Amino acid sequence: MQEIIQYLFSGITTGSIYAVIAVGLSMLYSSTELINFSHGEFVMLGAMGILTLWVNAALPLPLAFLLTVVAVSCVGMIFERLAIKTVKKPQPITLVIITVGASIFLRGVAMIIWGKDPFSVPSFSSYESIEIAGAALVPQSLFIVFAAFILAGAIHLFFKQTLTGKAMVACAVNKKAAWLSGIPSESMGVLAFIISTGTGAAAGIFIAPITMGSYDMGTMLGLKGFCAAMIGGLGSLWGAFAGGILLGVLESLGAGLISSGLKDAIAFILLLLILYICPGGLFSAKVAKRF
Amino acid sequence: MRQSKIRSTLVVAVCVMLMIAPIIGASSAMAASIYKIGGVFDSTGPASFLGDPEQKTMQMMVEQINATGGIDGNMLEAVIYDSEGDPAKAVSAVNKLLHKDNVIAIIGPSTTPTTLAIVNFVEKAQVPLISCAAGVEITSPIKPWVFKTAQSDLLAVAAIYKTMQSKNIKKIAILTVSNAFGESGKKQLVGQSKEFGIEVIMQESFGPNDTDMTAQLTKIKSASPDAIVCWGTNPGPAVVAKNVKQLKIEIPLYQSHGVASPKFIELAGDAAEGIILPTGKILVTKLLSDDDPQKKILAKYEADYKAKFNTNVSGFGGYSYDAMVMLANAIKGSGGDKNKIRDALESTQKYIGVSGEFNFSATDHNGLSPDAFVMVEIKDGTWKLLDK
Repeated sequence: MQEIIQYLFSGITTGSIYAVIAVGLSMLYSSTELINFSHGEFVMLGAMGILTLWVNAALPLPLAFLLTVVAVSCVGMIFERLAIKTVKKPQPITLVIITVGASIFLRGVAMIIWGKDPFSVPSFSSYESIEIAGAALVPQSLFIVFAAFILAGAIHLFFKQTLTGKAMVACAVNKKAAWLSGIPSESMGVLAFIISTGTGAAAGIFIAPITMGSYDMGTMLGLKGFCAAMIGGLGSLWGAFAGGILLGVLESLGAGLISSGLKDAIAFILLLLILYICPGGLFSAKVAKRF
Repeated sequence: MRQSKIRSTLVVAVCVMLMIAPIIGASSAMAASIYKIGGVFDSTGPASFLGDPEQKTMQMMVEQINATGGIDGNMLEAVIYDSEGDPAKAVSAVNKLLHKDNVIAIIGPSTTPTTLAIVNFVEKAQVPLISCAAGVEITSPIKPWVFKTAQSDLLAVAAIYKTMQSKNIKKIAILTVSNAFGESGKKQLVGQSKEFGIEVIMQESFGPNDTDMTAQLTKIKSASPDAIVCWGTNPGPAVVAKNVKQLKIEIPLYQSHGVASPKFIELAGDAAEGIILPTGKILVTKLLSDDDPQKKILAKYEADYKAKFNTNVSGFGGYSYDAMVMLANAIKGSGGDKNKIRDALESTQKYIGVSGEFNFSATDHNGLSPDAFVMVEIKDGTWKLLDK
């Protein structure tokens, strides 16, 4: 029994990492209908940014956090302006390939700047783990769950309560109609990129103490985050959140109860099963039909 | 009609000439007293922590040899390619070295998969290869043209098991990374356990990019072994070390030589305390007693490397150091003849290098013994030699 609780806690730790990444991916999808495969690289930039500003330059944590998020959002904006906006015929497949290219590019640049070795980032709070019913929980994973929750909540409110947020959704539903009704669809696209990459950077900052920072950490995290968003239903923020936690718990239970060698296989088979039974994901919006 | 036929024949002839021309150029360059030596290293990509210092060391050695007048008055030229940890890229690099650059010997690649991918090509072309990878499969069974300088996993496992015997450890659980390095370690850990009277009661694995191993460790904890052996390269083993502390597991943790670098202590922090691992002597040069035959050569390599690249030396660069020195000795007096170089390599005896004392023979193309490793414990953020 004690072991099961430990597996659940481990699952929540990894799951919260996937969740916080999936939220940013999902947000961009629901406002631009674009899947950004370089999202993991923006997460990596967040982790490396906090390493440079907080650990190496010894700035206070809140300031380093803010600077990192702003800097990475700027990179996201430049990426949108230079690579996404300039595409003549924005077919979905073209844009997806561009994001894949961007991820390779960002990884290469990061390798030149920070080198090939991984770096460790200290935990935000004291190191001791919390013990509940004989199972240990790392405090940092509580921070991550909390961050994912806040991010998802804030973006949810932004979409539902503010005019800008609603305008952004309108652009995703029908760009031309939104433009005709006076919404500056182009600046909405940039804004969506800025917010999404900013959340990616925030995710990277929160997970860095657990994952450690290295130039090639983004790829796997981006893929797992994408899976989590798929499980939850692309475009649904709470779905992405729940999907991340679910994927983490499944992996951990698979490793603990069946075999650690099959850990990823178990998680991915379940992903396929879920998508087979409900193709839109577990929490997809019921009005999936867009015209 | 006829004219066009002539023209097409001409085109073909010109093409053939163009194809042959570089080959002639290359062989005439050979005559101008330059020995070309090839290098293939994983200088970038996941195994760059191996390939990067190996490549730098090879360049440094070639410069040193040329500065002292080359070999028998002939200058060396290093042709180095990056295989990026990809066997397919290693194959194309080696084919370039063999057929375009016409090298007389090759050093590298850095990992077992990349090396195994190319051995058939060098065997066929009959060019000596000195690999910097650790896998036992490279030199067992013996391939006439293939040598290696890295200590085998076999020796690392033997060194660990010897220490365990002295500490009266009988039951162990192993936690290996799911790539070639971890698989090879697992094979050796399980294979040699009987010989040392040790029982492997649990085998778990983790992915190279996993961020949390508490599930595996919880499972291991419930089986209560006498020790845990983790086999991997950074950052995975550092995560394992941290997780062991978080779960408050009191079982001794052993790591492989794959993490024998200061980087591991930096990554694992306090969690590294008390971990025991095998390492080449380069990590603990200062701790060695003065009568250790390797001490002098280690100190020289360390000083040279630091002076040239302004970074700390890593044990992995030593593999290409030893390869270069033995190759240079073998080339001496061979006149660049590949058969003579191979024979001279195979008869290398009592060469004291960075990784240990090498004694090559027709039946041993690695030439090291288990005392190439020393066992160290991490104490107060630094290494401490364990008594044998």
